[in-house]
Parts: sequence; C-alpha cells; structure tokens
Amino acid sequence: MALLEIRGVSKTFRILRALDGVDVDVQAGTFHGLIGPNGSGKSTLLKAIAGAHFADAGTIVFDGNDITRATPYERARLGLSLKFQITAVLPELSVYDNVLLAIQSTASLPRLLLSSTRRALDGEVAALLERFKLIDRADDLAGELSHGEQQWLEIAMALALKPKLLLLDEPTGGMSPEERHATGRLLEPIKTHCTLIIVEHDLHFIRDICDRLTVLDQGKVLDQGDVEAIQRSPKVQQVFTTRV
Amino acid sequence: MLTEVASAAGASRAGRLRTARRVLPYVEGASLLVALVVPFALGERTDLVTLATNVLILSLLAISFDLCWGLSGIMSFGQALFFGVAGYAIALVGRDLEFSQLLGTLPLAMLVGFVLSGLFAAFLLLGRKPPTTIFVALGTLTGSYAAERLVSGWQYVGAGNGLSSVKLLQLGDYEFVEGIEFYFLALIILLLVYAGARFLKGSQLGLVLAGMRQNEERLAFFGYRVQLFKALVFSLAGMVAGLGGALYSYHQGFIGPGNMGPGLSTTAVIYCLFGGSGTLIGPILGTAAVEVLSYVLSDIDAIKRIWPVILGLILLAVVMFQPKGILGLLVTDRERIGSYGRRSRGGRSGG
Repeated sequence: MALLEIRGVSKTFRILRALDGVDVDVQAGTFHGLIGPNGSGKSTLLKAIAGAHFADAGTIVFDGNDITRATPYERARLGLSLKFQITAVLPELSVYDNVLLAIQSTASLPRLLLSSTRRALDGEVAALLERFKLIDRADDLAGELSHGEQQWLEIAMALALKPKLLLLDEPTGGMSPEERHATGRLLEPIKTHCTLIIVEHDLHFIRDICDRLTVLDQGKVLDQGDVEAIQRSPKVQQVFTTRV
Repeated sequence: MLTEVASAAGASRAGRLRTARRVLPYVEGASLLVALVVPFALGERTDLVTLATNVLILSLLAISFDLCWGLSGIMSFGQALFFGVAGYAIALVGRDLEFSQLLGTLPLAMLVGFVLSGLFAAFLLLGRKPPTTIFVALGTLTGSYAAERLVSGWQYVGAGNGLSSVKLLQLGDYEFVEGIEFYFLALIILLLVYAGARFLKGSQLGLVLAGMRQNEERLAFFGYRVQLFKALVFSLAGMVAGLGGALYSYHQGFIGPGNMGPGLSTTAVIYCLFGGSGTLIGPILGTAAVEVLSYVLSDIDAIKRIWPVILGLILLAVVMFQPKGILGLLVTDRERIGSYGRRSRGGRSGG
C-alpha cells in the first residue's frame, strides 16, 4: 500500500481550475518529484496534501488515514511536514529557537509550561543545526540569515518534526549552484527514514535526487513513472520544450 | 563561499548579542524598589496612597491585556468585562451572603474571570477556521459594551448607580481599609501575578506564544493547536483581570457599569501601549504614568476643563511616535521577545 494515495483531487480558485482529477501514489521510502510548467498545479497539490488548501473533490489518504478535510495541525500530528515555498522562518526568534519550537511541538502543555524538555532537546537541536551548517548562527535572529540559509533552516525545522512524509516546495529557490548542490547532499541521508515529495523548477536537481516523478500540466497528471521513463516520455518532452 | 562569509559575520554579531546587557531586570528591580518605598515616602498624603494603590490594581488589568496582545497576539478590547463582572460578583457576595473573606472571594473572582473569558474564547477563538484579529477585537469590544448596557438597566445590581458600600475585604477578623495595608496587599498580589506571567513568558510555552504572535499559520503546520493555546492564555488573562476587578471593588467600595465597559477596556490598551507591550513591566509603568499624569493634570487650575484633551494628545504622541512604548527607548526587540535556547550558556534570557 502506498504511503500517500491521492484520488481524483480537484481544486478551483474562482474560475481557475488549478487541479483537475489528480491521481498520484507515493510509495514509502521514495523521493517523489512534482514537476510541470508554471501554473501547472504543483504547489496547489502540495498545499492540498499539507492542508493549506482543502480539495474541492477527491480524497487524500495518508498512512491509512483519510486526511482530505483534516486541519494542518491534524496532518502534522500524523507525520506530515511542509517546507513552504516562501520561507516562513520566524524572523524575530533566534535560529536555535526556530528549531526548538519545531522540535518541542509534540510536548504536552504541562511540559511546555514547566520547560521540562528544554535541556533534553538541546542535543537534538544542536545536531540539526550542525547538520544544516547553521550551528555558528544559532544565536542570530532567523531574519538575519541569507536566503539560502533560511531555506536550510526551513528544511531543518520541517525535519525536526521527524515526519513520515516531508513536503518541500522549491527548496533550492534563490540558491546559488553551490548551495543547491549542498542542499541535495543534505537531503540524501533522510531517505532511510522519511519519504519526500518535492516541487522544484531545477530539473537537474530533481533528476539527481528523485526516484519517481509526476508531471503536471494545466492541473492534470500528464505522466508519471521513474525518472528515466519520464525523461524519455514524448508527451513530457513536448510540454517542456514548448512551454517551459 | 558567500555563506561562509555571512556565517562569520553572523557569528560575530551573535557574540555581540550574547554580551549585550539586558535592561529589563534593572527596570524591574528599580520599579520594585520604588513600589516598596512609595507608601512611606508619601507619609500622611492618604489621597496619594490611594492613587498608588489604584495604580497597582489597574496594573493587573494592564498585565491581563499584555498577556493577550503583547505575548500572544490576541487583540482584546474587552478586558474590562472580566474585571468588572468579577468586581460585581464579589460585591454581590458581600451584600447578599455577608461574605468577604480574602481566601474565598479572591479565588472566586479569579474563577469568574477565568470561566467568563473561557466562554468568550470558546466563541471567538475556537472555531474551525482561525479568526481574524479584527473579529476578535470587535467581538470582545461588543461583549464589553453589551455588558455595560445590560448592567446599566438591571436594578438587582444597582443599575446605572452600580453597587456602593461594598463590604470590606477581610482576612479572619482583620479588615483591609484604604491605606498602607491595602497598598501592600495589592503589591503582594501584583508581584505574585507578575512572577507567574514572567515564568510563563520565559517557559517553552512562552516560546510557542512568541512564535504564534509572529506567524500562527506556521505553528499550525508544526502541529500546535494554535487556537487552543490562544484560548488558554485568554482565559488566564481573564483570570488576572477578574482578580484586579475584585481588588478594585474592595478598595473603592464601589463597582459600576463603567468598570466593565469599552472605556476601561481601551484604557487598558493605552496603559500597555504607553508603557511597552510584550515586556510585562512596561504595562505597569504605563499604568503608573497615565494615572499619575491624569492626577497631576486634573489638579492644575489653569487646565481644569481641558486636561483630558492634553492627556489624550500626550498619549497620541507616544503611540504615534514611539509605538513600542516608553520602554521601547531602553529595551531592544530582541530582549522584549526573549530568547529561549541554551546556546548562550553565559546567560539565557528566557524571555
């Protein structure tokens, strides 16, 4: 059984049909890329999975639970984590506190009030910051980080929740080629314990890290399959050569 | 690589921040010292001791608003509702049940404030969709206005005249009358509330509130039940306002419709913004400044008729040109918001 099953999902914004009967299966332990021209519905689909938008029709089943109408809070509790397209770090809090805030989210209210997990979580926060090369900036305000560093902080925060499924919306947006390469290397190790859905315009990046791809065009699934099959697909080549 | 250069610059900035001196503890210490000395310095001026006691009591209302807005981003224009209803509750208990024991009535007032604000929170904050700031502001304002109107026409609670001759607050056989004893009772209660609010702000829960204030949608995606946290803080703030209302009622010997209306509710907003929201001590200083200024201006013969206009202009100037309040001149945003992590082992600020 797939970790995520999307069946017939549609979403309309006023007169714009952003998603039109989308079917996608995402297997556990894979890196799954969503690609397509601008306005094809990639980010809308990601937001429908995360709960930022509710689908007008269709169902989304995650890990055996129907989450079609679940709130973002409920989805997060089931193990779903999102990195926003536009960085949504908390700029007035320190880098350390941003990660602590994410990591402590499963603590009960009394434990939060008594700060009983603060000391215990210190090592975990430091390890994540170390991994994402942010340990030297731990005490800086998140708003002072460069764009690339904010993207890494976002990914660190999303991973801090120990998700079963991580949704990344354009994780390398605005990054230099070196930073993009470094981001790919940072993501590789999570494959052992986390499934990934990634929306990205950089097709080289997608090709390098994804196992499977779903190609969207005008809100519909144009094609899906493993990376090599998609690269050979005439339908996909036509869309990317004519509209990208 | 650019990021390495940025990291190095950032690390040095972090170093500076770590060593930056914190101002708030000094302001808190100085305020406590002044509060301890004031009643003795005022000597025989009982009117000024009464004014100082009023400042302490109204500070509870200001802290109540700061818990909502300064810490959690809930814009409440109705904190006086919980203040006034609790004040009425203990006045009625005194009148109808002949009971005014401190250990019974003050917890009762807190319970009244907590339950009533909890009901408002359930209606205003716990819907399926997160409410907008304007919806909450108008909802609380309407509640405050409606309660004032309701009480103004209700004979059982004295209608427009309110309830006067409120029974004196008792501890055993001892009765608290206006004066230095009541001052120190109010000071002890304010200190306890302040310590509790400071503990909350510096805790991991305080970090959740600080995050919520900046981007509540982001916190929902972390798995926090943001509206539930808001409802909890709003109820706690209502409890603090209720405690203040009870003390006010006992101290003044009177409670009236105006003590739960939009007038006092917006005054609480002004106390907080004038002093500096989100700092806890700022709203107390704001209360003292506004009340003392009102007292001084109203006592000057030359401006006897227009002093409220002058006061209004002063308040307007502060809110317009110093939106972070008078404490904003001394306290950085970083210190106001606080830091919760343990990387700065030299001195974690904890809010």
